[in-house]
Amino acid sequence: MTPSDHSGGGTGSLRLWDRLSVTTKQIVWAWLFLAVPILFFGVVRFYPTLQAFWLSLTDWDLLNEANFIGLDNYRKMLADPLFWQVFRNTFAYLLIGTPISIAISFVIAYYLDRVRFLHGAIRALYFLPFLTTAAAMAWVWRLFYQPPPIGIINGFIGMLGFEAQPFLRSTEQALPAIMVTAIWAGLGFQIIIFLAGLRAIPTTYYEAARVDGLGEFTILHRITLPLLKPTTVFLVVFSSIGFLRIFDQVYNMTSNDPGGPLNSTKPLVLMIYQTAFSSYQMGYAAAQTVVLFTILLVITMIQLWILRSR
Amino acid sequence: MTRIALTGRARLRLAAALACATALGPTLASADVEIEYWQYVFDARVKAMDTLIDAFEAENPGITVKQVTFPYADYQTRVVAAHAAGKGPDVVQLFYGWIDNFVDGGILQPLPGDAFPASAIEAEFFPIVGAMKRNEQYYALPTAVRTMALFYNKKLFAEAGVAEPPKTLDELVEVAKKTARHDNGGNLVQAGIALDIARQDHHWWRTILTAQYGGAPYSDDGTTVTYDSEAGLKALDYYLALQTQHKVGKEGFMDEGQAAFRAGLAAMVVDGTFRLASYGTIGSFEWGVAELPAAADGTRANYASYFANGIGASASGEELEAAKKFLAYISSPAAMELWQKEVGELPARKDVAMTEANLADPVFGPFIRALDYSQTTRFVDEAAQRQIAIDMVNRALLQGQSPADSVAEAAKAEQALLDRHFAK
Amino acid sequence: MSRSATAPVPRSIRPGAIIAWTCLFVGGVIMITPLLFMFSTSLKSAGEVFDLRLVPANPTLQNYVRVLSDGRFLGWFLNSTLIAVITTVSCLFFDSLVAYTLAKFRFPGRKLVFLAILSTLMIPTEMLVIPWYLMSSSLGWTDTYWGIMFPGLMTAFGVFLMRQFFETVPDDFLEAARIDGLNEFTIWWRIAMPLVTPALSALAIFTFLGNWTAFFWPLIVTTDRDLYTLPVGLSSFAVEQSIQWEMIMTGAALSTIPTLLIFLFFQRYIVRGVMLAGVKG
Repeated sequence: MTPSDHSGGGTGSLRLWDRLSVTTKQIVWAWLFLAVPILFFGVVRFYPTLQAFWLSLTDWDLLNEANFIGLDNYRKMLADPLFWQVFRNTFAYLLIGTPISIAISFVIAYYLDRVRFLHGAIRALYFLPFLTTAAAMAWVWRLFYQPPPIGIINGFIGMLGFEAQPFLRSTEQALPAIMVTAIWAGLGFQIIIFLAGLRAIPTTYYEAARVDGLGEFTILHRITLPLLKPTTVFLVVFSSIGFLRIFDQVYNMTSNDPGGPLNSTKPLVLMIYQTAFSSYQMGYAAAQTVVLFTILLVITMIQLWILRSR
Repeated sequence: MTRIALTGRARLRLAAALACATALGPTLASADVEIEYWQYVFDARVKAMDTLIDAFEAENPGITVKQVTFPYADYQTRVVAAHAAGKGPDVVQLFYGWIDNFVDGGILQPLPGDAFPASAIEAEFFPIVGAMKRNEQYYALPTAVRTMALFYNKKLFAEAGVAEPPKTLDELVEVAKKTARHDNGGNLVQAGIALDIARQDHHWWRTILTAQYGGAPYSDDGTTVTYDSEAGLKALDYYLALQTQHKVGKEGFMDEGQAAFRAGLAAMVVDGTFRLASYGTIGSFEWGVAELPAAADGTRANYASYFANGIGASASGEELEAAKKFLAYISSPAAMELWQKEVGELPARKDVAMTEANLADPVFGPFIRALDYSQTTRFVDEAAQRQIAIDMVNRALLQGQSPADSVAEAAKAEQALLDRHFAK
Repeated sequence: MSRSATAPVPRSIRPGAIIAWTCLFVGGVIMITPLLFMFSTSLKSAGEVFDLRLVPANPTLQNYVRVLSDGRFLGWFLNSTLIAVITTVSCLFFDSLVAYTLAKFRFPGRKLVFLAILSTLMIPTEMLVIPWYLMSSSLGWTDTYWGIMFPGLMTAFGVFLMRQFFETVPDDFLEAARIDGLNEFTIWWRIAMPLVTPALSALAIFTFLGNWTAFFWPLIVTTDRDLYTLPVGLSSFAVEQSIQWEMIMTGAALSTIPTLLIFLFFQRYIVRGVMLAGVKG
């Protein structure tokens, strides 16, 4: 079936294949290689994307036929106080989580890069959490955050003589508590990437700076950070997307009151999940996914713009 | 990908062909008919149903029943999704609170009057089964009903010198105070009563405590929220005081109320018949069951709920006949006795439940006695209404909102939910 | 020119360096504390869970026996392994085939195909799950392995990553092979692929890890407990167990041990792979 063998050239089709120019053969091969993947991306990515946009304009609820209802779902969303609460939560994860995790991982990578003694072992300690399953670790952290007598952090706090903290049972502390677990899980990856970025900076720059008698801080400020910008931008994008899509931790850490007390931890993706798969308002949920898509698009565009002005 | 897609489509085509065959009816009908029974996964229930199916098939040669089960969390979605995809069970189990969703969604058909006359149902079953009636027609019948009671840890009672379980709400506070323990930092380390609004406590507050303080959670026709009243507020005050004033329990203690009781760190917990099997595996202490405490004036109340079985909308012809026979069988006295023995739930027929042996049973007795004064709240969206109660308690506990404002806000939110439902 | 091995470290050890090392070490230990407590709690008996000491007084493997005895965890483990392995193999094959074609062939529409595939990176999975669910339920894919893994059989990320590496493969190599009469598939498979093995291992690590830990889509598409993947199974197990922490921690440990073991054996490759993917991707 495939034009794989053109040595003999007995039949008409093979002679035809032989007569094709090298360029034409390349074209045939290329599309042959791409046929299945293009079908895949079309059916599994593009068509569903269009369908999601379409569903967001309908009142489809699994039970009844989908009816076109224009922008009603979007109007409903804008008027829904829960949506705005979820929107604020999502941006809290993003705007607090991203800078903190980037700052911590940079500081660790910066110093770890200079460490020779047990370098690999220390790096492994930081990297291990990245290999864990978020759903499983959510339960470990849930145990950590329990009130006395079983919570490990509260046990430690109590030993030091401080008052027990409610953590997940508090409207103020629950979101930061979950954010810590997400930062913890992603830190190892960011450190490794920063280390790679630091090592890619040619030593000549540092040697030149030393010859000029620049201090540590000036070198960091004038050379390391600017040259590390592509790495940083990549990590900011990567971690922003991660925080915007946070779900596994929240779903598992607050399973008896999903989204925390008074929805204080509920992110957009959990709202989408509940709208679609608990109350099966598929059309409304699709509209929420379109909002998520838009936020991701805008943030990525901003990052690309920053990269461009490099 | 293509291959499997084709298989999927082929299956649909096969289903269509089968549907045609069924529609053609008697000409193609064979002597054997298979019907599907759906319920959620719960070990004891699945095993009891297997036993019932075996007995039914032995009595009715030519009918086979296939039991299909789904996890509880996804059960409703699964039934709805299957219905949307044109598939569906012949006999299906549903929580009584879902009846409106199932009837409105066209998942159920009314029970045929010839096999299930309304007069007989009303004479033989407990009145709470009336919640299955829509437009003068019954849509489902339960095998078993569940009520609530006070579970208590005998070991912790003995340690605190408590001789017997509390009989009134005030006594409950006293007993809880005696059994609760705190560490030096003032943290609760052993609860007098495990509190968990997300599980059973919202029923305790809504249907039971509100009634005991002289009110009702909803109007008789179920369309109006009425717990925004003195009674509802007193009920909430009583409930909140257990953690704020008396500090005998705490929301989130041991993560979950039943977990605290299981672990032997709570002297009491309000829970239902359905927990009997789970608590039955506790090995580290003995526990007992008592009727829920009465109000100061002796008023008792309880909340009864049940899973009922209905006939799927798609069943017709021979399958409908088989479904009728099967539903009648699993609603029979014999089936109820087996269900009580295997699952621990109470018979839904009055004469099967109210036997002397049952009333005197130390475990079943308190639950069965409660059937006399039980209420069943009609939920239109059980999950959403429960969430409103959870949020109400959290606003008062975590945000310092006054209980009165919190009840009012909850009532407003729930009324909006009911209005949306009844406007459809 | 990069200073991989010879960083500008002063020859004499300064007190500052010792402090920095100590801080880093303590931070690293804090990072793995959750894992330590997970293992420690999994070795405690039900009554001992309240004893918050890290080292259990009477360590026991009883929880592991109980969790593993009913075979469900083993089933979930096999499901996860099967799904992660198949999707990884599929991604390695298709992603590199597409990437190679886009990097090394000249044909009309090349740029368009690349941009189209790249643009799918912008579409969050969450937006696709509702249509996927619709597709799966109408085609009978719910509660099948195929249903769980079909969305992940090819990834735009993999295409993008591999393309960067195939572009560094010299054209002369491929031309020489053509002159030798090898067909294009063989050239890709025998000549080009071996030249990008570091990138392949990076892609393999990411794809395997991503599918091994995937939670959202498997949670939606499976309701049959026998088809759960480990993360979904663990989540439902934890709730069913009415929060018995020693059992939950045992389950969590069991789902973490495989990846930790893989890491211990292949630490060097994994770290290098992540660096490669991060820098190029």
